[in-house]
Amino acid sequence: MTGSRTRRILLGAAAPVGALLVAFLITSVLLLLTGSNPFDAFGAMASAFGRTRIILGTINQTAVYYLAAVAVAIGFKMNLFNIGVDGQYRLAAMLSAAVAGASFMSNLPGPLRIAITLIVAMAVGAFWAGIAALLKVTRGVSEVISTIMLNAIATFVVAYLLTPQMLAVLEGNNISTPRITDGGQVSVITFEGSTTPLFTLGILAVIVGAIYALVLSRTVFGFSIKATGLSESAAIASGISVNRMIVSAMLLSGAVAGLIGMPELLNGSAASYSLNFPTGIGFTGIAVALLGRNHPVGMVFSALLWAALDSSANALQGVGVARELVTIMQGVIVLSVVVAYEFVRRYRLVLEARDVARALAVQTPEAVAV
Amino acid sequence: MTADALPSPAGRDSAGKDPTGQVAVQLTGITKRFPGVVANSDINITVRRGTVHALVGENGAGKSTLVKTLYGMHQPEEGTITVNGSQVTFHSPADAIAVGIGMVHQHFMLADNLTVWENIVLGAEQMGSGGRLDVRGSRARIDELGRRYGLMVDSGALVETLGVGARQRVEILKVLYRGAEILILDEPTAVLVPQEVDELFGNLRELKSEGLTIIFISHKLDEVRAIADEITVIRRGTTVGTADPKTVTNRQLAEMMVGSALPVPELRESTVTQRAILQLAGVRVAGPDGREVLSDITMTIHAGEVLGIAGVEGNGQAELVDTIMGIRPLAGGSIELAGKDIGRSSTASRREAGVGFIPEDRQRQGLILEGSLWENRILGHQTRRPSSRGFLLDRSAAKADTRRIVEEFDVRTPSIFVTAASLSGGNQQKLIVGREMSEDPVLLIASHPTRGVDVGAQAAIWDQLRTARAAGLAVLLISADLEELIGMSDRLTVILRGRLTGSYDPRTVTTQQLGAAMTGAGDDHVGEVA
Amino acid sequence: MSIDSDVATSPPTYRAPRKLSPAAWLGVIAAGIAVVSLVRIWTGANNLNSSGAIQAAITAAVPIALAGLSGLWSERAGVVNIGIEGMMILGTFGAGYAGYQWGPWAGVFFGIVCGLLGGLLHGLVTITVGVDHIISGVAINILAPGLTLYLSRLVFTDAPGGGQRQSPPVPDVARITLPWLSDWLGEIEAKGWFFVSDVASIVRGFCTNLSLLSVLAAVLIALSGWVLWRTRLGLRLRSVGEAPYAAESLGVNVYWYKYIAVMISGGLAGLAGAFLVVGLKFQDGQTGGRGFIGLAAMIFGNWRPGGMAMGAGLFGYTDGVQQYDSTGSAMHAFLILVALALIAVAILQYRQGHKVVAAVAAVIAALCLWWFSATDELPQQLVKAAPYAITLLVMALASQNLRMPKADGLIYRKGEGH
Repeated sequence: MTGSRTRRILLGAAAPVGALLVAFLITSVLLLLTGSNPFDAFGAMASAFGRTRIILGTINQTAVYYLAAVAVAIGFKMNLFNIGVDGQYRLAAMLSAAVAGASFMSNLPGPLRIAITLIVAMAVGAFWAGIAALLKVTRGVSEVISTIMLNAIATFVVAYLLTPQMLAVLEGNNISTPRITDGGQVSVITFEGSTTPLFTLGILAVIVGAIYALVLSRTVFGFSIKATGLSESAAIASGISVNRMIVSAMLLSGAVAGLIGMPELLNGSAASYSLNFPTGIGFTGIAVALLGRNHPVGMVFSALLWAALDSSANALQGVGVARELVTIMQGVIVLSVVVAYEFVRRYRLVLEARDVARALAVQTPEAVAV
Repeated sequence: MTADALPSPAGRDSAGKDPTGQVAVQLTGITKRFPGVVANSDINITVRRGTVHALVGENGAGKSTLVKTLYGMHQPEEGTITVNGSQVTFHSPADAIAVGIGMVHQHFMLADNLTVWENIVLGAEQMGSGGRLDVRGSRARIDELGRRYGLMVDSGALVETLGVGARQRVEILKVLYRGAEILILDEPTAVLVPQEVDELFGNLRELKSEGLTIIFISHKLDEVRAIADEITVIRRGTTVGTADPKTVTNRQLAEMMVGSALPVPELRESTVTQRAILQLAGVRVAGPDGREVLSDITMTIHAGEVLGIAGVEGNGQAELVDTIMGIRPLAGGSIELAGKDIGRSSTASRREAGVGFIPEDRQRQGLILEGSLWENRILGHQTRRPSSRGFLLDRSAAKADTRRIVEEFDVRTPSIFVTAASLSGGNQQKLIVGREMSEDPVLLIASHPTRGVDVGAQAAIWDQLRTARAAGLAVLLISADLEELIGMSDRLTVILRGRLTGSYDPRTVTTQQLGAAMTGAGDDHVGEVA
Repeated sequence: MSIDSDVATSPPTYRAPRKLSPAAWLGVIAAGIAVVSLVRIWTGANNLNSSGAIQAAITAAVPIALAGLSGLWSERAGVVNIGIEGMMILGTFGAGYAGYQWGPWAGVFFGIVCGLLGGLLHGLVTITVGVDHIISGVAINILAPGLTLYLSRLVFTDAPGGGQRQSPPVPDVARITLPWLSDWLGEIEAKGWFFVSDVASIVRGFCTNLSLLSVLAAVLIALSGWVLWRTRLGLRLRSVGEAPYAAESLGVNVYWYKYIAVMISGGLAGLAGAFLVVGLKFQDGQTGGRGFIGLAAMIFGNWRPGGMAMGAGLFGYTDGVQQYDSTGSAMHAFLILVALALIAVAILQYRQGHKVVAAVAAVIAALCLWWFSATDELPQQLVKAAPYAITLLVMALASQNLRMPKADGLIYRKGEGH
């Protein structure tokens, strides 16, 4: 039985590794079919990491993707599908940018400004997710559909607010929230030979990841979350209030989602929210969480992989391959990994059943049953 | 089981020939094995055409397995099946259907959002012109079947608007529509109220008069006597005897079901105190469709007392347990724990007040199968020491306590880090018992605590319960195992159709009394169980 | 026999909606037109139901309706399809690729095929492997745009009139105009009479410049209703989405019908994509979330083709008219219609005894009326959010009337019944 732990770890790693191999295989076939050389393509992608700028950009993106993944993973632990992370983070980024760039903020000390910005972002994210939670708990509305709807509504609310009459200002040809003045941002660390600095707010990812890991493994609340996600019937019998867990999980998920845009806002050069603000990170979060199996450390690796793939995409142009190849790889990885996990899960059940049968055969045979 | 107590198998002379009428179904020497378990062994049944033949036995006796064999859902290791004189082998239900056998499952297989006729014709649709369904023709045929056999149902209604009795009629029509002449009904009265049972029996008599053969599986002796022409009793996987309902006595039947001699409890000191721990007064609980599943439950359990509740499954035991644990709301009445009203408390606060719970379905309610043993130790106790301190889990204390439980309760496991799923049923149960007995509970709800547990683990659990009882624990014991009930209880009561009936001393109660109370054939003794 | 998880979240219990006779439906429609007419005259917003607006509404509604139909076929067989958007995107590429080379109908065909392949992939992953339906859909939504853009750069860049992210122009399919009827109705419309002119303008919108693909879409919607409720295939397919283990026990090959459903679903999504391309061209990002609006229409329509079409019509209306009407007065006047509809909902819910829901509906109606009086026009972006907000509202207020196929999303594995 002690061998089962190593076996579990091996099986757990088999799926993502297998998925990666499958993705490489399929994209190689695609490249060959469309007249390109796979080795050239992958070689170009790998060589991109010779430049400091690319490495730093990858690290910055890893932190952001990790935050998105944790937001999604909190929901997953409860068997909830928070597809709304995308809308939550954009709405949170926009509103917190508006607050951060507001004139009254200039009079406040730097750390306070940053704290306010972060708190507003988390509150907005939690609020937006809370709508879906409320609908689920009171009216039984599936959080999948409601968060998809809320994503779209968030897009349009942001578009509406991002006009000069509302929260935005016009600077030349650019519409954005007012720029955050000096002292309202967090300083970055620059490196020689790189136009891209290191986003220090990536530290948020470390903090959030640590809290996520600790809460899940060391608190009563985290225990209740895991229990409810694994067996709702056992959770009810043990006294856990399922509705309370649903609402808590969604609010926390939304709050973490709110932090996704903070590195870009408080470290980035734009220092404001405009239509150029990165989009689609919510869906990346889903992919990264799936690949990392909602595990605090696993998601670090999957976030890193995703960011690395993104960063190397531009290098493909040099060998005449469209950068969308990376997107294709990512899509294939997601599909392969979930397929692989399903196979692994079933194989594991077969193994365990065999163990149980072996153990039963050793015991004294029971009297006739059923 | 003495030979003279058994009536001879009806319908067959000593040469084994069938003189009285045509035999619809004959099972000879059927044996079915599963890994580690022999479910059926040497089953012999003769079902004559045009009769209602009842297959009776307690839960776990092997009826369902046998019936699945007859319906082609699996194949027996040994034995033969003969239908209408010819030997058959079934590889799937389709084969059984082709020979004229139709099965009405205990749990209805109906699509709520489809209409009655859609549910009935599915898979055997009548086609009209141009690829369309022949709606009118199908409905006409269904209505005709309904008229002929007295199974009245609106073929155009949505199934979800139908009550339980009507749904059952739809299930019967489903098999009749496919030309079944031999019907197998698996526990058909499990979900019906008395009126609906009468309606069903009327329908069955109708079907019988049209020449159909009915195999009726049940554990409710009283009903079976009202409808069956012949009764075959199954116990522990084998046929124990056949009886003619018109001539067999209650006592004979009860003995067949339960065994002729009840276990004798060992002499022990009474540890019952005067301090009332659990008091239910006039408790009423309603089911999802508004019907009362528990009526006027009044009972008291004192510290140091084990109250055993006997009863055929499905009479309200599960609802009673849920209500006391706070999983089901009260519709009326009160529940008090050591004098405090807990009727509106949450499950968590009831547990914190000292209620331990050994659930009937340990895998669904008692354990998180994918969790480790020490994590399962925390389950249900996560807000208290030693599992937690404030809002933090105390992992080391939980692990240490798990080791203690493993030691004290003899849980066979290589470590406390394996998943609960990898433990055998007996060891899982020992872990649960150990967990629930920690932290000195005042009340323990034990629902079928040794079901599916090996003999050794069973003895160990009984020992632990007795020790705790001597220390002042109050126990509500619900079980279908009479040996357990009589051996463990200080007082016995029986639950029947949501009411408690009778109060018995386990040292003096007889088979007949218990059997009669459990099946409702005796006097209905509805009163307070003080 | 203990309570299972449903009770924990305690959703409201289902109430079957009342069925109306055809005559009653006509009455409702007539009353509706009368109300619309009154609002038009009072606000002077002619584009509320001008024939031009109706045409724009139809053009916007068709892809939504086809997407909704796609979702409907899939979910009726119990397979949740979040990936409609991705399958539509595949359809746009197929239509662009074949359309500019071999004509619009070739484009339609290829669009359907590409969408169908997407559906097949979804089916393989969810039905055969048993992966969660939503995850598969999300994965397809990630994969499809990337694959499409990759191929677009490959084949369209050097094509005449094309570019990296767009195809050369694709010719249009035939459009129907009934000349004499259209002109005559046009005259009546211009008069602006109460009720008569409105009927004229609505009918005119339907018989002027009507794309054959729109006609095809309408036919497909009607056909879907017929097939699903009146044929053996449809009955078995629906049974698989309601009670797959019951169907299995009756000898129905559940896997087979699920596959048929997802392939039809994919094909319809591809057709929706083709509709966007034909007469225009393929463009990166042209689906614009219509896959999700289609899902919303399906929910709005309670998983029935007729209701879904109404939902698609409503959402297409808000989308199309808002683009067509440069004055913005039509959308502004639309607020009144929304308020009136909500008041009707409030009354109905109150009569059914749902006081809280009725109160919420009435409050929102009051807000709409206040918004109408306090502003001159609606901000364009918020109008675009209308379909989603309306769906959310419907789901929240009418959840007891909504009836998803019972086994929708269930990961079915043969032999695991009971």
